Amino acid sequence: MKPAPFAYARPKDWPDALRLLAAGARPGAGTQSLGPLLNLRLAQPDTIADLRHLPDYAGVALAGDAIRIGAGTTHAAIEDGAVPGRVGEIMAAVARRIAYRPVRNRGTIGGSLAHADPAADWVAVLPALGATAIALGPRGERRIPATAFVTGIFETALAADELLRAVELPVLPAGARWGHWKFCRKVGEFSKATACVLALPGQAPRAVLAALDAPPLVIEDARALMADPVAEAVRLLDGFPDLTAWRRAIVATALRHSVAQASAA
Amino acid sequence: MSKIAISLTVNGALEQVLVEPREQLADLLRGGLLLTGTHVGCEHGVCGACTVEIDGVPVRSCITHAGSCDGAAVRTIEGFGDDAVMAALREAFAREHALQCGYCTPGMLVAARDVVLRLPDADEARVREEMAGNLCRCTGYRGIVRAVLSVLAAARDVVLRLPDADEARVREEMAGNLCRCTGYRGIVRAVLSVLAARQRATASE
Repeated sequence: MKPAPFAYARPKDWPDALRLLAAGARPGAGTQSLGPLLNLRLAQPDTIADLRHLPDYAGVALAGDAIRIGAGTTHAAIEDGAVPGRVGEIMAAVARRIAYRPVRNRGTIGGSLAHADPAADWVAVLPALGATAIALGPRGERRIPATAFVTGIFETALAADELLRAVELPVLPAGARWGHWKFCRKVGEFSKATACVLALPGQAPRAVLAALDAPPLVIEDARALMADPVAEAVRLLDGFPDLTAWRRAIVATALRHSVAQASAA
Repeated sequence: MSKIAISLTVNGALEQVLVEPREQLADLLRGGLLLTGTHVGCEHGVCGACTVEIDGVPVRSCITHAGSCDGAAVRTIEGFGDDAVMAALREAFAREHALQCGYCTPGMLVAARDVVLRLPDADEARVREEMAGNLCRCTGYRGIVRAVLSVLAAARDVVLRLPDADEARVREEMAGNLCRCTGYRGIVRAVLSVLAARQRATASE
């Protein structure tokens, strides 16, 4: 199918982008999620504001003990090592398994997070990594913990007049242990269950369970999960009574594998 | 809705066109510029038939608006006539029965060329993973995967052992492999272009 008609605007700077947003425009980045929804006419915005050309929309900068990643940075750039250090290593491995390379060449980390598809990879991984979303609105920048960013299916904590400008990641110690497992029926397909675990030396591990047709479930203290992932899976699944039996089995498997990875030396 | 004026290069030629905001790049290429080698399959980014190169990297042209390609350099399957890696892939696809109806083939070739240049060390599992974004409904994937692997293998032996080889050395090294179809110019160019890509990658590290 072809999209319903819409108007196209290319803001010249960030204030211009915010003005377009206030006038009701839908922001667009790589359009690798929005594009299909437009083609299927599931989304029919009046105007799309194309953010791709804005200054500093893409790019990675180290600022003190944090790494700031412009929302327009592509998955392919992250896959190819744009983010430094241990957290970059983790993110590169995650990025490699997002959709397909031609999609990763266009799709962006910020677009994916702001789109908030429950099955999307960054929606699960960024809360686990302790990221912060940087929103830009008429009153300047606002910091939102990634754990509180996705509030529902395709719903986020962004106000109607705010854009996602960047995400900020903590620099992780080389000894940070990571587990990430997702089930896709085919390489590049949407996940049917995603689990990830981050274990930092001297801290309680954090885990996220996602892709369950709901916003990600963040487990801030995942010590019980690390100790007995099978028993914890049964307990956690009580919170998802509508999942089918095969999906429950995959959730348990995802938790078990991600814990095993994060437990390995 | 009013049309927007964009200018882009397509296969090296400057194009200045008016497009509807909702127009996807694939539709501009096929309908406006009559480059029908780019195929449209699923129209939501899953099947890979519409894969073209934008600014040197493969992209889905069915979910990339033409309006967002203002200033971009686009290369479609028609623009790879002189490309040595693509020549090697075309031969390998024919030899390995990697196509039947041909609908998926332009997208397959653009994706495969990226794999050969970006991942010279890819094994079969990696080639299957990387090519998973291109669907074929005729032959299945064995011939396609074999074709990509054969181009990788031909380039790899020399590329890994002799990263600084020049044309004379590549000819010498490849002398143990006979070809009765094309002669050796395309084959040597293919190996040299993989070497060059690898040298660029090493230099930028």
